[in-house]
Amino acid sequence: MATILTVDDTASMRQMISFTLHSVGHEVIQASDGQEALKVIEGKKVDLVIADINMPNMDGITLLKSLRALADYKFTPILMLTTESQDAKRQQGKVAGATGWIVKPFNPEQLLNVVKKVLG
Amino acid sequence: METARVLQEKALQANEEQFLTFRLDGQEYGIAILKVQEIKGWDKMTPIPNSPPYVKGVLNLRGVIVPVFDLRLRFGLPETVRDAFTVIIVVNIGGRMAGIVVDAVSDVINVSPEQQCAAPEYEGQQNREFIKGLAQVDDKLLILLDIDRMVNPETLEQSEAVASVAAAL
Amino acid sequence: MAIDMRQFHQTFFEESFEGLTVMEAELLRLERTASANGHDTVSADPEILNTIFRSAHSIKGGSSTFGFSDVAAFAHVLESRLDALRDGRSLPDRRVVGLLLLAVDCLRSLIIAAKTGKQSDQGAIEAVRLQFEKLGSESAALPVTGKTSTQPRASATTHWRILFRPNPKMFHTGNDPLRIFRELSGLGKMKTTVDISGLPSWEQLNPEECYLSWNSELVGSVAREAIADVFSWVLDDCRLEIISNTMPVPTLSQRSVAEAVASIDAHTDTLRVSVPKVDALINTVGELVITQTMLSQLTANFTFDNLSKLFAGLEQLERNTRELQESVMRIRMLPLSFAFNRLPRLVHDMSQKLDKKVDLIISGEQTEIDKTVIDRLIDPLLHLVRNSLDHGIEPPAERIAAGKPQTGTIELKAYQKSGNVIIEIRDDGRGLRHDRIFDKAVEQGLIPADAKLSPDEIYELIFLPGFSTAVTVSDISGRGVGMDVVRSNIHSLGGNVEITSQAGQGTCFIVRLPLTLAILDGLSLQVGTHTYILPLVSIVESVRIVPDQVSRPAGGVELYGLRKEYLPLLRLSDLFHVMPRSTDLTQGLLVIVEADGKKAGLYVDDLLGQQQVVIKSLETHYRKVDGISAATILGDGTVAMILDVTGLIRMAHAGATRLTPASHGRIQDTGRHTGNMTPTIN
Repeated sequence: MATILTVDDTASMRQMISFTLHSVGHEVIQASDGQEALKVIEGKKVDLVIADINMPNMDGITLLKSLRALADYKFTPILMLTTESQDAKRQQGKVAGATGWIVKPFNPEQLLNVVKKVLG
Repeated sequence: METARVLQEKALQANEEQFLTFRLDGQEYGIAILKVQEIKGWDKMTPIPNSPPYVKGVLNLRGVIVPVFDLRLRFGLPETVRDAFTVIIVVNIGGRMAGIVVDAVSDVINVSPEQQCAAPEYEGQQNREFIKGLAQVDDKLLILLDIDRMVNPETLEQSEAVASVAAAL
Repeated sequence: MAIDMRQFHQTFFEESFEGLTVMEAELLRLERTASANGHDTVSADPEILNTIFRSAHSIKGGSSTFGFSDVAAFAHVLESRLDALRDGRSLPDRRVVGLLLLAVDCLRSLIIAAKTGKQSDQGAIEAVRLQFEKLGSESAALPVTGKTSTQPRASATTHWRILFRPNPKMFHTGNDPLRIFRELSGLGKMKTTVDISGLPSWEQLNPEECYLSWNSELVGSVAREAIADVFSWVLDDCRLEIISNTMPVPTLSQRSVAEAVASIDAHTDTLRVSVPKVDALINTVGELVITQTMLSQLTANFTFDNLSKLFAGLEQLERNTRELQESVMRIRMLPLSFAFNRLPRLVHDMSQKLDKKVDLIISGEQTEIDKTVIDRLIDPLLHLVRNSLDHGIEPPAERIAAGKPQTGTIELKAYQKSGNVIIEIRDDGRGLRHDRIFDKAVEQGLIPADAKLSPDEIYELIFLPGFSTAVTVSDISGRGVGMDVVRSNIHSLGGNVEITSQAGQGTCFIVRLPLTLAILDGLSLQVGTHTYILPLVSIVESVRIVPDQVSRPAGGVELYGLRKEYLPLLRLSDLFHVMPRSTDLTQGLLVIVEADGKKAGLYVDDLLGQQQVVIKSLETHYRKVDGISAATILGDGTVAMILDVTGLIRMAHAGATRLTPASHGRIQDTGRHTGNMTPTIN
């Protein structure tokens, strides 16, 4: 299936997302912040990125901008994880080139639906 | 040699003590079997800086650093060649371990109280403190050693110059 | 397909507790900058505020994802306030910081309750929440959840017309109209026609831009919401029209929050292990497997001439097993910071309660020790620090009267020393008064009035059960039941605790913990045929020797001049009476070392390399040896001595009056004592 990059500074979220995506056969790469994410995708082909916004070292918006600047990731679907009250962040994300967002909290089924929507 | 178990049972019945006997310069010595942990072959040792000559060094006994004493040198006997056939007796005294290098290990024997007697007093015998007693077993003289004293690191200073036990006897 | 979320709970709890610790530490930092400024408002470093915000945000996100609604609700309150602070919408003052610290406590007890299923103090938590409400504009209720959670039902089949014209740059957000249509088609029967009127000529065509638009017809029991949802990500990047009968907008329920938690202490029973440690473990197991294979092959068709190979194999097995044991034990080692992390908060709260000014200085917290020791060290440490705060440090007025600075200091220092871990808790307070202790002990009937006790014996009285010199028994340090329990706790860890004190100047508690395992970063070096390990921390630099810099003042230690400094030149060959490779100093290296503030130059033949070694006690089965702090087992199974720099310097000075034959090449390499020598002058 697809290779999905999940970036979040909380281990429990990463675990839950990884586990969920694995269960339908996707390969998952994890990173705990934007900086690590950029390192970890080197040499790999990622089909979808799911990233949290609030992270240390490099936040989600900055990661988004950095990814969009890379030729390989110009058109890759990148979804941001946001909370309900973060309208401003969502706007920022859009401007920076986010494909869409997933609102927290979400359950595994919701996650899978969104991923299906994007990957087919 | 009777099996250890049989010996043990016999010893328990007859109030006998069991000793591991070994040879040093032709003389037989015995140490209480309960203090013996194992017998191992010669191993590479690391010298301890500024230690008495009879402290050959330390070796690695399954991750534990154990000092090794050369009994010949401890008794003031001339040193012999130590090679792959040399045996080290590892004793364990209340948790404290040490190795002692001897010429050869002989046997495990039972010694009854009747067979034992006190060591005679001789003047100028500096290492009498190591001798717990003597025993007569099968027409042979067995010197019973107080191994605790011999390998106690605290008492190392005191026995720099030692006279030969066997010679004194 | 349902995924059981419970498997992620453990991680969530752990990371949340860690997050709370971070929040607490940063809030305390924030407060300290306030007192440094001298006024009430805290000029906050945005990074600190961001860090605190992120922690609260993560806890909120995780707790709502995993269904801990009480935690989520409270975290939301906290997060809102923190958001306002970091945006500058509200100013952080000491009152707010204090309230935030209380909130951290509440959150902690809520999480503990979620973890253990027990109740928390609803009253206290509600009180804090009310305070937050008073502070700000945020309501305590959790806002409406997002659109992805519910799909309202349409009551009848509807006919929709959808006009979708994406902006040219739509692809740049990674969106693809095809996906949108795929999703739409799942909602009902769809028919789409494309409008290519926007396409430019070939030369002007940019393949990365979208020039197409679409007109679709969708039939089905589909709500408008559902259609709009499909386009939710691209709403701002397109022109969208959805035309048909309108449907009533369903209301989404608001989550309400229940409270029921209580405060219990929580220890983690998991370990976080660094990847290198696990890699080492994997390697060791790999070698073990190889050895095992080799042994089974050997014994499969065993003949007696293979006996020596069998012994070699068994030796290897022993080595592998030992390494495995050490690797695993190393995994259980944690830095002492885990035992220290409750202390700043304790000092902060207590000093406020007692109206004293105290600074807590912690150093050496990266010193590692076994996890079980850490777990059992937390309580004794808490008590000792509480003690210092309560009885040791004087109120500001008394301090000034005594000529001391108004703010007292409690210093917590941890370090390793010859296979032990030492933790010093030092305060600059009143110190212990012998007479008061003595009198109290007599009063409590612990000793007769005419007893003659040395100062140390008097200190020992403190450790007797029931002893307390507090004038009023404060609820803080308890009824003096502390010190004996502290000592027995430390004893049960195999360590001991000592006191040194100076009346009027301060007290120092020294906790000594023997290590079952300790790791040292060392440099292995060679002198003659012997390998020694030198602790990396004691090394300053290494240089080649310039012969005319060596000097020996009459009756003194050999010296080496290095850049205007004269350092004692330590020759291990002399100090340990071993044969060096050469007495020609230019052949070897001089390692400049430092310990206890003293510097020296250690002459060695070779430097072999850096390695991490496991410290093994020499004293357990032998005794302390001058110049050696402990021993270790090298990769080849042999023992190597770990050097004690302070000891070596001392030995050098002591031996200066004795001229050893080393420099004249008459040494025997048997570790023989040279005995007493009459001093001669070169």
